[in-house]
Amino acid sequence: MSDLLKYAIELAAVLLLALGIKGLSKVRSARGANQLAAVAMALAVAGLLLNYLSTSGLSLAAWTWIIAGTLVGGVLGAITAQRVPMTSMPETVALFNGCGGMSSLLVALAAALYPAALDATGPVALVSIVVSVFVGSITFTGSIVAMAKLQGWLSTPSWMQSKLRHVVNIALAVAALVGAVEMIRNADSGTGLWLLVVSSSLLGIGVTLPIGGADMPVVISLLNSYSGVAAAAAGFVVGSQLLIVAGAMVGAAGLILTQVMCNGMNRSLISVLFGGALGAGSAAGGGGGEYTNITSCSVEECALTLEAAERVVIVPGYGLAVAQAQHTLREVTRVLETAGIDVAYAIHPVAGRMPGHMNVLLAEADVPYEQLKEMDQINPEFPAADVVLVLGANDVVNPQAKSDPNSPLYGMPVLDVQEARTVFVVKRGMSAGYSGIKNDLFELVNTSMLFGDAKKVLGDLLVELKDLGLGKK
Amino acid sequence: MFVEFLWVLLLGSLLGFELIGKVPPTLHTPLMSGANAISGITVLAALTAIIKAGDNTALLLLGSVSLGFALFNVIGGFLVTDRMLAMFSRKPARKENR
Repeated sequence: MSDLLKYAIELAAVLLLALGIKGLSKVRSARGANQLAAVAMALAVAGLLLNYLSTSGLSLAAWTWIIAGTLVGGVLGAITAQRVPMTSMPETVALFNGCGGMSSLLVALAAALYPAALDATGPVALVSIVVSVFVGSITFTGSIVAMAKLQGWLSTPSWMQSKLRHVVNIALAVAALVGAVEMIRNADSGTGLWLLVVSSSLLGIGVTLPIGGADMPVVISLLNSYSGVAAAAAGFVVGSQLLIVAGAMVGAAGLILTQVMCNGMNRSLISVLFGGALGAGSAAGGGGGEYTNITSCSVEECALTLEAAERVVIVPGYGLAVAQAQHTLREVTRVLETAGIDVAYAIHPVAGRMPGHMNVLLAEADVPYEQLKEMDQINPEFPAADVVLVLGANDVVNPQAKSDPNSPLYGMPVLDVQEARTVFVVKRGMSAGYSGIKNDLFELVNTSMLFGDAKKVLGDLLVELKDLGLGKK
Repeated sequence: MFVEFLWVLLLGSLLGFELIGKVPPTLHTPLMSGANAISGITVLAALTAIIKAGDNTALLLLGSVSLGFALFNVIGGFLVTDRMLAMFSRKPARKENR
């Protein structure tokens, strides 16, 4: 294959990848853009294989190992992508991302152990290997910890929430630096390499573990950016310009997306990374977590109130996603709509488990796109709402965020549900939200609590509404 | 060669910064997932390692495992992003039918 053709394929692949990322940021073009990026990736792989086929050729052993790796990784990836429920999207992205980091790490390890075979000698290659190992390790362990925390497999040990963690993390960072310097000074000894691998892996854990669940999406986005950086570094190691461009693009785009997400949550990246879990601060402050004035009601009362309403706003949250109740919710709102009741959904920027996650879940349940209202759009409309149904949301409807400057939540954008005539809160129990902070909303006179799993409560509500004769037209 | 690579890195980063300006919150999750799939471009590095390994079994194995991880990221990432986005795009189509 001529060099010209090789460069043409690489250029085409870069162009398609760039168009893919660009298109992914518009609702209309997103799906096509994703497919375009996939085509670009296939083109890049085909180009690389063709290039080697026409020059050095591929040995039988090489083919065998390529096919083995492709089958195992590809099939597992496809199965995971098809099987995973929409509610587990955040941890899925984290898992995929961690594997990307692992891949860069392994390539860098291969280059460090067998530099001659991969032409990875000289200071430039060494520095690239160091960067790739460092970022790859952090991406891998950080993503896996993020996944485990989101799945509820891991909780944060208490010492990790104290200031001590900064000392530990700084020590790990220093150890990684020592390993890196040792590796560059004395490439033949393996000590530096393994010190670097171990300390940066531990650093990935130490940095991610203290971060609270609500901030996890930001961290995943940041780690996604890191995996781009790791890929770019791997590009330096094996001398592939395409890899450098693509990695740099993902790294930069990931950084922008992280910033956009932070803005949406009114959090600075620094406070996400170093602030630790919100709960730690509030527990120390001792802001009385006891509820004294709770009104709870039956599903029947709720149904009667809904029947009399003209305008209902649904506030779906994390609890809805966990209970996988979006389909039941859709049936309830269908019944309300046929009875002529106006229904809207108030979507907080971080509703669900990740920005945009709730939109995906409701779209899955066939909720019309126009009924989804963003926070700025719906907040002025709450005073006109007869009933607000809060489904498994907590911190995003806490009025403290606006009223109490001492609250750790203060300044976070929230939905002003308390402005509505009646508020029903469906919740499993009186446990606190992610932040661990008491929610003043639950004690207000116009708030009634409906205790139970969101799916079950909505199912009962559906029965009650039908008994009242709604939805029969 | 190294300087060329640095230029490529610089221009690639600038391109990445420019590509995403305003993203509606609806698309944060799919965009993250799609960009994540693209970062699995390390398949190229893994393939290079395997092809250049010769008869070094340890290197072949490392490359192959690396390829597996990268492809898990790429294939899984693109498919799962498509699954999410399919839910958005089918909406208007259904409405027209009604």
